[in-house]
Amino acid sequence: MSILLVIFRRLVHAFLLILAVLVLNFLLIHIAPGDPAEVIAGEMGGATEEMLAQIRTAYGLDQPVIVQLGTYLGKALQGDLGQSFFYNAPVLELVSGRIGATILLVMTALLFAIFVGTLLGVIASHKPKGIVSGLVTLVSVIGYSAPIFWTGMMLVILFAWSIPIFPISGMYDITKGDDLWTRALDILHHLVLPALTLGIVYLAQYARLSRASMLEILGSDYIRTARAKGASEISVYGRHALRNAILPVVTIAGLQFGSVVSGAVLVETVFSWPGLGTLAFDSILARDYPTVLGILFFSSLLVIVANLLTDLVYRLVDPRIRMEG
Amino acid sequence: MSVVLDVKDLVVDFKTRAGNARVLNQVSLDLREGEILGIVGESGCGKSMTALSIMGLIPNPPGRITSGSISLDGQELTSMPAAKLRAIRGNRISMIFQEPMTSLNPVFRIGDQISESVLLHQNVSKKEAWKRAVEMLELVGIPEPAVRARSYPHELSGGMRQRVMIGLALACKPKVLIADEPTTALDVTVQAQIFDLLKNLQEETGTAIILITHDMGAVAELADRVSVMYAGHVIETGSTRQILDDPRHPYTRGLISCVPHLEDNPGDERPYLEEIEGVVPPLTELGTGCAFAPRCKHVMDRCLTTNPVIGRVSQQHSVACHLLKEKELA
Amino acid sequence: MTVTSDQNLHISSQSPLKEVARAFRQSWAGMLGLVLLFLVCVFCLAGPFIYMVDPFEVIWAPLTPPGEVANVPLGTDYLGRDILAGLIHGGASTLFVGLVAGVLTMTIGILVGSIAGYYGGMVDEALMRLTEFFQVLPALLFAMVLVTLFTPSIYVVSIAIGIVSWPATARLTRAEFLRIRNLEYVNAARSIGARNNRIIWRVILPNALAPLIVSATLTVGIAILFEAGLSFLGLGDPNVFSWGMMIGAGREYILDGWWTISFPGLMIFLTVLGFSLIGDGLNDAFNPKLRER
Repeated sequence: MSILLVIFRRLVHAFLLILAVLVLNFLLIHIAPGDPAEVIAGEMGGATEEMLAQIRTAYGLDQPVIVQLGTYLGKALQGDLGQSFFYNAPVLELVSGRIGATILLVMTALLFAIFVGTLLGVIASHKPKGIVSGLVTLVSVIGYSAPIFWTGMMLVILFAWSIPIFPISGMYDITKGDDLWTRALDILHHLVLPALTLGIVYLAQYARLSRASMLEILGSDYIRTARAKGASEISVYGRHALRNAILPVVTIAGLQFGSVVSGAVLVETVFSWPGLGTLAFDSILARDYPTVLGILFFSSLLVIVANLLTDLVYRLVDPRIRMEG
Repeated sequence: MSVVLDVKDLVVDFKTRAGNARVLNQVSLDLREGEILGIVGESGCGKSMTALSIMGLIPNPPGRITSGSISLDGQELTSMPAAKLRAIRGNRISMIFQEPMTSLNPVFRIGDQISESVLLHQNVSKKEAWKRAVEMLELVGIPEPAVRARSYPHELSGGMRQRVMIGLALACKPKVLIADEPTTALDVTVQAQIFDLLKNLQEETGTAIILITHDMGAVAELADRVSVMYAGHVIETGSTRQILDDPRHPYTRGLISCVPHLEDNPGDERPYLEEIEGVVPPLTELGTGCAFAPRCKHVMDRCLTTNPVIGRVSQQHSVACHLLKEKELA
Repeated sequence: MTVTSDQNLHISSQSPLKEVARAFRQSWAGMLGLVLLFLVCVFCLAGPFIYMVDPFEVIWAPLTPPGEVANVPLGTDYLGRDILAGLIHGGASTLFVGLVAGVLTMTIGILVGSIAGYYGGMVDEALMRLTEFFQVLPALLFAMVLVTLFTPSIYVVSIAIGIVSWPATARLTRAEFLRIRNLEYVNAARSIGARNNRIIWRVILPNALAPLIVSATLTVGIAILFEAGLSFLGLGDPNVFSWGMMIGAGREYILDGWWTISFPGLMIFLTVLGFSLIGDGLNDAFNPKLRER
């Protein structure tokens, strides 16, 4: 099977998942207590009769359910995820305005966690009973048990208040200049604490994971071969072992992407980071269902795309599964 | 013939939870230019440990070389700094392992794994190293070497992988090649091919080979000389003929009679397959006596208290057994 | 090298359960977790009878720092409600939701995973696609949507957490079933005519329990974090006091009253830590070989 065919199959698979998420959204509208039209309108009981009638025609709500589903999917695939009556804007517009900030936060946190975590894991594997190993275990236990929003707030108290070196909230400061570099640096400055908060949980997990897989790999036959070749310890760790040790990290990181997005919702709320999370928080408070469901859809889309990318990265790193379907 | 590799009184200890295990005890071996030296013995007798000590690859901790010397062309290896030793490993001494399935790194092309070795030890460009890798693959009998060099290990069979390992080990034209049970994990038909390959390459390149095995047949066919190991000791060394035709140590005798002989008389009432009773004692519990004493048919009081030293039977043949002095074996 | 192979020779005649209990007692992580959890439970269950203050009642000036006034030892929140009382009363709902959601997660996960792993083929394919689908939905967001669409109560919250968290358990169970289903004793059971149901629940499941029990303790921990997250976002049961809700309420006053968020956060942390340490301890106890690492 050629690699293109493999990719094509993954794309079809991804598309089916997207459809499934849309079907779920449709089902959620219908299982929710109350009139679907009111759910779509998004204002519990506040929508005018005229508006509801309009929605009923638009979504064919007097038709059989299967036709309604068709209408809904058709609209959704054309990018029409409904109208937010709370923000008075199309959901697509609202969400696409916010999704960039979430991607920035999630990717920064995840890449930070993968790189620093793996590095720490490799260092720890060098001395399995050393200080770094102990520290990795400690941080991973704490990172695993502490609620992420609380860690974020503790960091705010520490680094934005006690030692004020980072901003408390937001994504940038409009009073600063708006030329590209100033703005980019300002965003970076605002990004540090939220990304650290979100990343630290996964960082510790990846460090622990890569430490364990490094320990296993360092005892493997092909590492002995590398040493028998006369390869230096740096090459043994950095080239021969690391490339194998990063595989489980990539796998887990891909599987966890959804959980990182979930974490981002909380972190964004803590730091008022203007992404999907804060939008979700605000629209849930306003009972703005179209927006809430739109966010669920788009964040699932993010996860699907991320899984697709992970799959490709994995195939690049591991020749053994490169051609598997 | 001059001695390429000289191992003298090598002692290697491992710290285990059950106490100190002396995995190698006063091991002495010499490997001469261009010969094949067989090392035989049961599992756990220290064959592989000897090989790893020579390579400087003993896992440390828990293992360490306590005393003794290993010299390659008169250069002492045991006291050599790590960086200098690395320049020798894979270059002047190389090794192939028991498990071809897992001895190659799964994420690199085999051509890259061979050229890596060339690049580590020779001042050549990447392109030349790759060319050398393809040559090596051809040398070890891999069909379509230029294409195969781009394969990953999982795309090759066990026998092919062992060929790659041999190519990898010989890439820098080493003086010494250690083959640690190179065929144990392979099918019988493939085993013969690999042994043939080793023999041919040895004749072509003149590389001296230490062949570690428990396959007495292979030893008979390939080795010029044989050392027999038991529980961390070398108990007998001699030319292959001497060891096979005139084994002196009771253990060696047992080992040889363990090999089934198809040409034995059909009417012969002797058991088809003999075995040596008992098992190798735990290395943590070795006393001062001969390690083989508990299993030996000829055991004497002396065997239980003092460990026999190596004594000469003839110019080439030496054995560590109290029976040698008693002349009872003669 | 087989220098240490004789280590495994001494055979124990104890029952497996006793053996695990003994190994668990030797694990400092497990014992610490047990002690932590015990203390948290005593605090939440006995607390209301010893420290009789209504957590909803405004009793002092807002944002009184801890230690400043003798009868509000941990200070007050932005409305002037007693923090210590909040901590005592906030635990019960958190623990309740954690346990119910944990049980629900394990039930769905084990059900799906064991059927998929046992039957294989199309059934497996279909169930794994479903699992995969649920893993694509960011769990917290999905739970938020579910809780919003239905009225938030501790039951709805528990069910929502269960619905979004089961895929991990299902995958674990399936992997165990795939490993076990072709072992000799399963074939033996099949050969004497045991029916599928019996083989799944009586033969395979008991042998897959070790990793599932470990995962259950971790699942309860995760469920508690979920509950805390939802309450923090204001999606918990508004009529029940909870630690997450306290942090959510203190969010705006983070710089004026660090204590309003620090203490409830610490309680959540200690509780989840207790569960995950117990998980570590059980893991060690079930896998004695891993302990050598």
